[in-house]
Amino acid sequence: MVEFTNYDILRNLLFATQWTILLSIAAFIGGSSVALLLTAMRLTRNSVMTKVVRIYVELFQGTPLLMQMFLCFFGLSMLGYEISAWGAAILSLTFFTSAFLVEIWRGCIDTLPKGQWEASRCLGLNFLQTLRYIILPQAIRVATAPTVGFSVQVIKGTALASIIGFVELTKVGTMLNNATFEPFKVFTLVAIIYFLLCYPLSWYSKILEKKFNVSR
Amino acid sequence: MSLVNLHQVHKYYGDLHVLKGIDLDIKAGEVISIIGRSGSGKSTLLRCINGLEEYQEGGITVDGNEVTSEDIQVRRLALSVGMIFQNFNLFPHMTVGENVMLAPTIVLKKSKSEAEQIARAMLEKVGLAEKFDSYPEKLSGGQQQRVAIARALAMSPKVLLCDEITSALDPELVGEVLKVLEQLAKEGITLVLVTHEMNFARDVGSRVVFMHEGKVWEEGDSKTLLSDPRTDELKQFIGAVL
Amino acid sequence: MLYFSDLLQYSDVFFSGLMTTVELTVLTTILGVALGTACATTRQYGNKASQRAVTVYVELIRNTPFIVQLFFIFFGLPALGMRLSPWEASMIALTINLGAYSTEIIRAGLGSISKGQIEAAKVLGLTFRQTLTRVIFVPAFEKIYPALTSQCIIVMLGSAVISQISVEDLTYAANLVQSRNFRAFESYLVTALLYLGLSILLRFAFNTLGKHLFTYRATR
Ligand SMILES: Nc1ncnc2c1ncn2[C@@H]1O[C@H](COP(=O)(O)OP(=O)(O)OP(=O)(O)O)[C@@H](O)[C@H]1O
Ligand SMILES: [Mg+2]
Repeated sequence: MVEFTNYDILRNLLFATQWTILLSIAAFIGGSSVALLLTAMRLTRNSVMTKVVRIYVELFQGTPLLMQMFLCFFGLSMLGYEISAWGAAILSLTFFTSAFLVEIWRGCIDTLPKGQWEASRCLGLNFLQTLRYIILPQAIRVATAPTVGFSVQVIKGTALASIIGFVELTKVGTMLNNATFEPFKVFTLVAIIYFLLCYPLSWYSKILEKKFNVSR
Repeated sequence: MSLVNLHQVHKYYGDLHVLKGIDLDIKAGEVISIIGRSGSGKSTLLRCINGLEEYQEGGITVDGNEVTSEDIQVRRLALSVGMIFQNFNLFPHMTVGENVMLAPTIVLKKSKSEAEQIARAMLEKVGLAEKFDSYPEKLSGGQQQRVAIARALAMSPKVLLCDEITSALDPELVGEVLKVLEQLAKEGITLVLVTHEMNFARDVGSRVVFMHEGKVWEEGDSKTLLSDPRTDELKQFIGAVL
Repeated sequence: MLYFSDLLQYSDVFFSGLMTTVELTVLTTILGVALGTACATTRQYGNKASQRAVTVYVELIRNTPFIVQLFFIFFGLPALGMRLSPWEASMIALTINLGAYSTEIIRAGLGSISKGQIEAAKVLGLTFRQTLTRVIFVPAFEKIYPALTSQCIIVMLGSAVISQISVEDLTYAANLVQSRNFRAFESYLVTALLYLGLSILLRFAFNTLGKHLFTYRATR
């Protein structure tokens, strides 16, 4: 049997952390791109489009992320599309992230007074000009804090990718646990690493929120 | 020649019949004061004139063009109708200058320097030339409302709609805004104002329209109408506000 | 092609999994909100040391994944001599998790109650405990009720992970069925829909409960 020193454990965990970070970034980029698209669809006020967005949100917020991952991973390959654990994880985390972000962003856009839309219209701005010059610059300021806050949920969500076999921090944690029989030590370390990844973001989100509230 | 014409305009919010057949004819250069109790439909009337609300029956024309609430039409309308709101609706993320320059640059496609020239001239007119680079939140309510007026004027509208534009102001700030309006009236700009300032309506306005229960209940020359109301409703209303 | 008819013979497996999930959800919702209420009250009105302890708890839980918390409790704690069944470990992990999130939410509710309300109660001679239960809690909870119940649903959905330590919940049932009939997509799809139904049902139940709890406005 291979002996694992504390150094070995830590080194393996830190190596796996890279994959957690990479997956988080990919999911966040994918999720916010899709959320942007969904937000645009919703802003058109077209009744079909808004309904589509509503159903999308309902589906992905109303089912477990784990189920979405299973469906992407086992389901797609069953239907004849080969997909790696990495691909399935990104895909499902993109769905998950976008479904929450689109709701968060809608909230931010809705907090802008109706008068901003009306004043723009009275000045002759069209819909896209109103979005670009009036609504988005203000909405982005409001949305930054909750969006940063939500990125923590994305990082934590990546832990589920371990279940479909993607080798990231949690997966390496369970593997090391099986090899060392030192669950307390291993999972404490895993938790600490996640905490170090997430806490700064949580903290920064709070700072942003305070700053914004003061500047209003 | 009439500038704004309303013919038998009916407006419903669902089952609520808010405007019940409005006829109104406004000529260029007139200063119209619309008065009436809360809920009588004054704001709705203004918002129908600039297409913010759609109406169900009748017709409205501005400068000969029919008003509908379709986006394209509203934007064409924006070239001839300016609107000032009770709560200013300045864009908080832009400086005063940028607020005023925005529409001339992106709607009228004027060059930056030309737009800036216009903006400075308009801010001069409302007495705020030195606030060009300030942000709206740093201004008092009265100053913000004057910026809103400058912003509307920068589009050189043919008619300016004002919905209770002094109601959100502290009493001591009302005067500065009214003074700007008075100046505009002297310059011959057509003004349609919903207002509770009876003195202003009498002294500056040319005509008063009294709305009651969604109808134009009484209208006429401002001085005669306010000193000698014919209907009981207007008598009561004047008695209540004075 | 998709075949759903095979799944019918497993309906009892799905049903018993569903029941386990429901049972755990109901239990941990009650316990978690109770824990959150206690912690939020401490955080808002307690002394400095206890406030700090609550903050540490909340931040630790909110900044680590649930699955790691679960593994820590199930695999890690026995190393310290605390042996827990999968079911017990899951219940503890879910309660602790919901407790942390609801602490944060409920505290926001408590913070929204004006000082004047509390002072008025004091002037009337209410004890602090009476003030809390009679004056503060109802409006505070009313304010954050939507956020709190959404969080309960999020935790319910997150509970899918407990199948990993072999709690026989709904996800466990899905895994079992697909390992028997090799129809992964169908069985996960059906399971996802069952979860969806459960979250819609829960939201409905919470809304109905909310109307009963906060009727004092409607009857006025
Ligand atoms: N968006 C809306 N939806 C439904 N009803 C509305 C809406 N806007 C206004 N109303 C109703 O239409 C009627 C007329 O409203 P309006 O705002 O035109 O009155 P007003 O004369 O401007 O009153 P105030 O002096 O209070 O501003 C009121 O009964 C009001 O409740
Ligand atoms: Mg009004």
